[in-house]
Amino acid sequence: MAEKGFTEEKVHVGDTELQILKIGKGKPLLVFHGELGFPGLLKWHTALAEKRTLYIPLHPGYGKTPPASWIMNIRDLGNFYSRFIREQKLTPTDVIGFSLGGWLAAEMATANSAQFNKMILVGAAGLRPPSGEIMDMFTVTARSYLNSNVLNFQDTPEFASLFGGEQTPLQYEEWEEARAETARIAWQPYMFTQSMENLLANIHGLPTLLIWGKQDNVVPLSVGEGFKKHIAGAKLVTFDHCGHMPEIEKSADFIKEVESFLG
Amino acid sequence: MWFTERAYHHVPEEEVLKRRSFFGVPNTFFDAAKGSVLLNQYLDEKIYTDELGFDGVMLNEHHGTPFCMGAVMDVEAAVLARATKRVKIVLLGNPIPTVANPLRLAEELAMIDLISGGRLVPGWVRGAGSEQLANNANPAYNREYFDEAHDLIIAAWTKPGPFRWEGKHFHYRFVNPWVLPLQKPHPQMWIPGLISPETVKWCAEHRYPYVALATMLGPTLEMWEMYTTEAARHGYQAGPENFGYLQPIFVHETEEQADALGKNFLFGGGFANFARPEWMFPPGYNSKEATRRLANLYSNPNLPGKTLIPKHLHALNDIAAVKKAVYDNYDNAKESLQIITGTPKSVIPKLRKVLEVLRPGIFSFWLDGPAPQKDRMTCLRLLGTEVMPAVREIGKELGLSDPFEVKPGSRPLPSSGMPDRVGSPDALRAI
Repeated sequence: MAEKGFTEEKVHVGDTELQILKIGKGKPLLVFHGELGFPGLLKWHTALAEKRTLYIPLHPGYGKTPPASWIMNIRDLGNFYSRFIREQKLTPTDVIGFSLGGWLAAEMATANSAQFNKMILVGAAGLRPPSGEIMDMFTVTARSYLNSNVLNFQDTPEFASLFGGEQTPLQYEEWEEARAETARIAWQPYMFTQSMENLLANIHGLPTLLIWGKQDNVVPLSVGEGFKKHIAGAKLVTFDHCGHMPEIEKSADFIKEVESFLG
Repeated sequence: MWFTERAYHHVPEEEVLKRRSFFGVPNTFFDAAKGSVLLNQYLDEKIYTDELGFDGVMLNEHHGTPFCMGAVMDVEAAVLARATKRVKIVLLGNPIPTVANPLRLAEELAMIDLISGGRLVPGWVRGAGSEQLANNANPAYNREYFDEAHDLIIAAWTKPGPFRWEGKHFHYRFVNPWVLPLQKPHPQMWIPGLISPETVKWCAEHRYPYVALATMLGPTLEMWEMYTTEAARHGYQAGPENFGYLQPIFVHETEEQADALGKNFLFGGGFANFARPEWMFPPGYNSKEATRRLANLYSNPNLPGKTLIPKHLHALNDIAAVKKAVYDNYDNAKESLQIITGTPKSVIPKLRKVLEVLRPGIFSFWLDGPAPQKDRMTCLRLLGTEVMPAVREIGKELGLSDPFEVKPGSRPLPSSGMPDRVGSPDALRAI
């Protein structure tokens, strides 16, 4: 079944299969989803799609893309995507990454920042928190983790429309698959690269926007501040009364910031 | 044989019930002085079984839980290797996916086999989900760790060293363990389980006896069938020597005393409250098929607004109600022979029924739950002096060969190529 609102295509990167969702028209914007997989069509997708073509690959092992057993860490995944954007003639591209997807974008940028035009990291993991901890998704149910992603899940309409109601068997399976794949690449150290702080100095001339909820319970704001400190010229935008998913908790402000940054 | 978890019973039962889980009870409830007494009592019991003439003692391992203090069962096995004379020391089993250095494990086990004079029976498990968390072992690679660690240990015991090992998960530049097992080419290995089809098939392929841990008789028999079919695919006829069963049993001088002892087995909700689902099934621990089965258990779109989580868990805040629900199951458990209680005279016919249904070559008595040690020792004495001789006679009468009498996997298939059934569905129907 096609994902509502998107066109879908399957490509091969070497021997590895990759399912891609696309929406919109215009200059490409590469979107990296987070550790629980692609959530579904959101307001910000529709808004950005007015002027941009959103390329949303489903990471190997998440959703319709089959697992690739050789991908065992975020570096493997990053190199896989470097090949993908090169072969798709997307390089250099704008990129936006959420949570684990932000870690992925940052990892790729440290290896070769020239593969991106502009980079947006939203509640991104990847850096050892200077203070606090990244919430461990592996000791709680997917549902509890998801609820912790927003400051108040009952007062976030888009959250309720995506994840509210009775958990279906399909949701359970998809979340379990996503959790399994996240474990394969991020079990330990959990959700960060030990050397990230040092490697971030490799990022040169890459305009970077960091977006964080001030009350992010999953990846603490200190990580955003750390990225700002170590990525030359990075700008940090924070939203008050907002958790780990500013794209749905503060949707209008989020769209404004992203559109303004991408130009 | 004889098995017991080495539980730490000085935790208030309510602490377990309110968490729905033994795993996760804070270790601030642990009193080391009490733990010291208990661990020694448990060792004394096993030494006593040796004196009583049991064939074996079984150990297992759990982490981070008052359910079982045997966090490193090889330590206990090493003590028993020296302190006992005759019993087999059966490990059910080492959770090899959680062991960062399988080569060291191969060395530990070889030493235990040597000290015991060749009485060790190692076993391997994937480890419960919570063991992966307690040992920080990536559950998504659990099956891969299991397979590779198993192969590495066998190689370390049997392949002349030094050699190099460059696997997917384990890497050694110099495998040359000096101390090797006394039993050649290596000790027998038995695999315990809760009737996971994947494990049953793996055992049949490797010709390892499969030991079911007090599972319901019907599903256990189905797994015996699966094992037997898989064994035939690999060219042999499974026999009683390929199967084992752990039977919770509580024997005392009177029915009333035995009944009181048996109820303790449900302390804290028993194994059903071993760990919460999110800890039992960490990410990637289950196969896709198992996840699908669970998906239908934990959610069902055809039941809007309803959940399939057992009703008594809804009353979580009412600990008394939860406790009542737990102990209300006691009579059912006895009726289905999941728990057997009584005097020696009354338990023997019940045991005969279990033996007739499952026809296992390995059979172990399992006693657990908080009880004074004198009652546990009484149970052991009666089992050893009165019940065990009768069970041995029944075993002979039913032709239940054990894995030391008949090598598992050594029976040829019937000329038809169709395997004979090992268990008895007719006997089950008669219960």
